[in-house]
Amino acid sequence: MERQKRVDVVIVGGGWTGLLMAKEITTRTSLSVVVLERGGPAPDGDGYAAQMDELDYNIRLRTMQNLADETVTHRHSASDRAVPMRQYGSFQAGSGVGGSGEHWTGVSTRFLPEEFILGTHLREKFGAKTLPENLVAQDWGFTYDELEPHYWRAEQMMGVCGKAGNLQGQKIEGGNIHEGPRSHEYPNPPHPVTYVPSLFRSAAIELGYHPFPIPTATLSQAYRNPDGVARGGCFYCGYCSRHGCMVGAKAQPSTTLLPLLVNRKNFHLRTGCWVRRVIHKNGKAEGVTYMDAAGKEILQPADSVVLASWTINNVRLLFSSKIGEPYDPVAGKGTLGKNLTHQVSQSVQLFLDKPLNSFMGTGGLGMAIGDFAGDPPESDAAAGVLRGGTIQTTNAGEGPISSFGKIPPGEVTSNWGSEWKKAALRWHDKEATIASRDMHLPYRQNYMDLDPTYTDKYGDPLLRLTLDWTDHERRQTAMLAKIELALAKAMGAKAARATEGIGSRYSATTYQGTHIQGGAITGDSPERSVVNPWLQHWRVPNLWVVGGTTFPQNESTPTLTILAMTYRAADAFVDRYAKHPGALA
Amino acid sequence: MKRRELITLSAKSLGGLLVYSLAGDPIRVRGNEGTVEVPLRFFTAAEARIILAACDRIFPSDENGPGAKEAGVVIYIDRQLAGPYGRDRYRYTKGPFVESVLEHGYQGKANPQEIYREGIGGLGGDFADLAPLAQNERLRGIETSGFFRMLRTHTIQGMFSDPMHGGNANLIGWQLVGYPGPLMSYRDEIGKFSGQPFSRAPMSLEQVIGRPVRGWEEEKG
Repeated sequence: MERQKRVDVVIVGGGWTGLLMAKEITTRTSLSVVVLERGGPAPDGDGYAAQMDELDYNIRLRTMQNLADETVTHRHSASDRAVPMRQYGSFQAGSGVGGSGEHWTGVSTRFLPEEFILGTHLREKFGAKTLPENLVAQDWGFTYDELEPHYWRAEQMMGVCGKAGNLQGQKIEGGNIHEGPRSHEYPNPPHPVTYVPSLFRSAAIELGYHPFPIPTATLSQAYRNPDGVARGGCFYCGYCSRHGCMVGAKAQPSTTLLPLLVNRKNFHLRTGCWVRRVIHKNGKAEGVTYMDAAGKEILQPADSVVLASWTINNVRLLFSSKIGEPYDPVAGKGTLGKNLTHQVSQSVQLFLDKPLNSFMGTGGLGMAIGDFAGDPPESDAAAGVLRGGTIQTTNAGEGPISSFGKIPPGEVTSNWGSEWKKAALRWHDKEATIASRDMHLPYRQNYMDLDPTYTDKYGDPLLRLTLDWTDHERRQTAMLAKIELALAKAMGAKAARATEGIGSRYSATTYQGTHIQGGAITGDSPERSVVNPWLQHWRVPNLWVVGGTTFPQNESTPTLTILAMTYRAADAFVDRYAKHPGALA
Repeated sequence: MKRRELITLSAKSLGGLLVYSLAGDPIRVRGNEGTVEVPLRFFTAAEARIILAACDRIFPSDENGPGAKEAGVVIYIDRQLAGPYGRDRYRYTKGPFVESVLEHGYQGKANPQEIYREGIGGLGGDFADLAPLAQNERLRGIETSGFFRMLRTHTIQGMFSDPMHGGNANLIGWQLVGYPGPLMSYRDEIGKFSGQPFSRAPMSLEQVIGRPVRGWEEEKG
């Protein structure tokens, strides 16, 4: 095996977390950093303009990881046989420099303060005895207040646009009054309120709720961040989610972090490098092995290893490298692979009688209410709902293929032919969606391990997801559908219907969001978590794991929280670990 | 060498259509006397006639405007099937292939090329020559099949995708639904068109960015 020159830090993955760790370490220390990214380089801005194509990018998903090389398998319960996710469905993982941070939507919401102490919070609120027996919600090992300064750094880095609703404890109408206290107003003002979101806002006020503009990492105006990176405001072209931004308005690792790194002497980025193992001995990581673009196997020795790829691959690497004790859901022992969560979502389709120009917009452009995001109303709590979700409508930009054929229920009996065509044309561009992003609680039976049958292109086992919804998610979505239908009515909908939502069972074919969390979770004890509250591996102190994989449970859109936690981990690495390598907790 | 298969289409809407030859070099196909001959990449001429007829039933030309025939949907499908999508270059295709529950989606071994070949066989060699009502009846009989769902999805894609992919000839699909194309900016319009139509003659991606763009179906390998 060929051997590369030893480096101080090797980072696996060139997306948001990998490049942010690299930026912090190479700015604040003289340590040498190599980032290994298995995809290709990011296109420049002009390259992204050529991607304004709905077919190749929204439908064929040209920038996503090639599932022919690697996918996951899924089963609903430990007694079922898992099969591979053969084509994209419930999530879409990005590939190449920037990772999913290139094609993301940009929604940048903070988690509520009680999320970080959710295990304690639910026990105190409901009593341990009334909670579902299989619920494994946990505290994160740090609090919202400890994370707040890092949230603010992440918001400044991306230039998040929004309106504060809780400034140092003072509630401000027009912002999200239910959020945790913020130290600062958002770095940039919200986007204009477009037609459907304006109807949503009026309806929400009429029903007694507290609408606010969705915080988004797509700029509403030109902005220079504290690192000196300047980006322009959004053009509302509508080619946003599943696309890189052609004008750089959306914060992406390639435009927000990479420009700071490319000329730095102690930073090296290698693309086309597929890491297969973390090499370790006696509780110490010694580097990684990878296949390079030419198919050669390479050893990269390093003093420290940071796993910064996506949840699926971070967890798979830990399993393949035999680091940590695999979780046993029956005995409730072991930590690796536990607390797998995704995202719960429920939407309502509504039909209006005016053209909506829904092809304009940007991913996070819209209004939301946080009135049902945390603890549910008394009556729903009595019915067994533990946590709710944020309800929103967006003007995200929808192409002519995806938007064609949305017809109110009962209008036609066929989905092809002349009658269908007539109805589809009559209702074209008159459909909008109210959707929720809900807490997904963790349960003992939802977890990850290695699949015994299916392998990737190198013959390594795929990660197996054992995951299904429970009665709690069904009650949660029923509660939110009721509210969304009331909002649709107040918005003047000519027709509305609740979509199937999560369905009776978890579906690998229905997109829920590219938010898969858990498997290598953070916590205050090595018996219950894989990494300590600084995201350092409990048993291998020179191994760090960053990203949504460290979430004990998922409240909502994860990116901003992932970035805040990465800043906090980078501080621990630079200020403490780099000076005195060893366990920080 | 394989005989080059061609499909003959009315040039009324397709006259200016830019298609790609088998070698991948762009050629502008000019028709004689109201027809154009377009080289096929995957279908035989007979198969293309069947797909053309079936797509026309799914998205007909009628009093509500042009349909799949005018948009050149069959050319779109032909190119998709010949490209990486049709050959499953980006689907996980390792075995074992086992039947599973609905929530796991398509688990079969057959790629889109194979699904079409089998589906076309099921429609019958006489399909293109049947009367429209008889064609409808035959399609009703298979409308829950994987092939039909795929054909319907591809028909909509061929109507409304950028013309670089072979369908939506002369932006006819975009004209039909009032989509202006992938314009770079709505900065001046975003807050102003509240419930009002934004009407503008559509532009293709090539027209917007001023240089040709190649669809994924042109990728080799």
